[in-house]
Amino acid sequence: MSKVSLSNEEIARYSRHLIMPEVGMEGQRRLKQGSVLLIGSGGLGSPLALYLAAAGVGHIGLVDFDVVDASNLQRQIVHGTSTVGMPKTESARRRLRDLNPHIEITVYETQITSANAFELMRGYDVIVDGTDNFPTRYLTNDASVLLGKPNVYGSIFRFEGQATVFAPQQGGPCYRCLYPEPPPPGLVPSCAEGGVLGVLPGVIGTIQATETIKLLTGIGEPLIGRLMLYDALGMRFRELKLRRNPNCPVCGENPSVTTLIDYEQFCGIAPEAPAIGGQYVITPLELADWLQRDDRPFLLDVRNPYEVAIASIPGTDKLIPIDQLPERIHELDSAREMVVYCRSGVRSGRAVELLKQAGFRKVKNLEGGVLRWSDDVDPTVAKY
Amino acid sequence: MITIHVRLFAAHRDIVGRAEMTVQQETGATVGAVWERLVAEYPSLGRYTGRLLYAVNQQFAEPGAVLQDGDEVAIIPPVSGGARRIEPGQVCNRFNPL
Repeated sequence: MSKVSLSNEEIARYSRHLIMPEVGMEGQRRLKQGSVLLIGSGGLGSPLALYLAAAGVGHIGLVDFDVVDASNLQRQIVHGTSTVGMPKTESARRRLRDLNPHIEITVYETQITSANAFELMRGYDVIVDGTDNFPTRYLTNDASVLLGKPNVYGSIFRFEGQATVFAPQQGGPCYRCLYPEPPPPGLVPSCAEGGVLGVLPGVIGTIQATETIKLLTGIGEPLIGRLMLYDALGMRFRELKLRRNPNCPVCGENPSVTTLIDYEQFCGIAPEAPAIGGQYVITPLELADWLQRDDRPFLLDVRNPYEVAIASIPGTDKLIPIDQLPERIHELDSAREMVVYCRSGVRSGRAVELLKQAGFRKVKNLEGGVLRWSDDVDPTVAKY
Repeated sequence: MITIHVRLFAAHRDIVGRAEMTVQQETGATVGAVWERLVAEYPSLGRYTGRLLYAVNQQFAEPGAVLQDGDEVAIIPPVSGGARRIEPGQVCNRFNPL
């Protein structure tokens, strides 16, 4: 039996839980006694925080160091127009406080790191991974395994999402059983070009919230050892059976990771975007001038077609999305002067590297891409 | 020859332009052989080699798993998640903001 008790106000509030025998008074007390640390208060963290608070989880911790931006509101429903510019933790805390004054909310306006992860996570029963980058995912995984706490995982990409519960202590795999090492930097899916359907983190985040509530109350069959894949466009759920990897570097029989490491280094994070040699870079002002001259360069856009529909640099000669460049490199003339651009200069930097390796010498990356072009040359070009 | 149904996810769908495809393989072919064949056809996939989750008939599988006629192979790349703009070249943008 749980030690905590429910007030009459709480009984009235949670009555739709209480009248289900699977939850009942005991399940609701367990929720009240339970504590959950949400890492990230964004797309996944929003529905998670709202539903866990509404459900009466007694203590919710929120970790985020970001600030609410107008472009978040398409999916991060815990925030609002009135909290744009506010730290996400504070914005979320206000909304949750209004939703349920009976619960305790602790906010950590900080970035979770190897130095503070144990301290942040130690006091919580369940860890929920609502992050958006590989270093934090590996950090969250490793720290959860080392502390013996379940890690409720969710991840989204455009119209697709994944969810599972990593709990080696209950016989399931951890994230590293699936992906022992991170993808090499610079060679990773471009969420970016992607974006995400606003409702998608709602679907995945509510799956995570459901699993969290099941873990705290001990009801149902947890999503341990199963990876749920969701495809919003096909409206299909697919389940993969997973298993522990006995050679897993963290939860395997002979673990090589026994303490937290430097996850930025592990994920190969360079402090700066890959440097491109000086002769391979051009500024928007230089390009604008060059495009006016008779010896104007060939202007190559390596973004995706739907980005072209948002904004483009006038005078673009050709579009080859970066992912297609290796296969379509023969369509380009290496004898001709060429400038490559994308939204911010990152993808085009990669394209320039690729072209250099293929023997192109007269190729330059437009520094800052469409964004800098808009700032420095033509503000009528939309920034996105 | 055996017929294998391949399911692709996330960024692989963009590279290949499809979410699923059917391929013919030699009898006794492995999961890894199916992947190598895809890489040969779509070189951009090559950068994911060694960083993939495979499943055969919805069960986790190693690259060395031998396939049977009619098997379904799911190949799942790591997805960092979130909805921030992460451009290729920026794996972990939180530490490397644009």
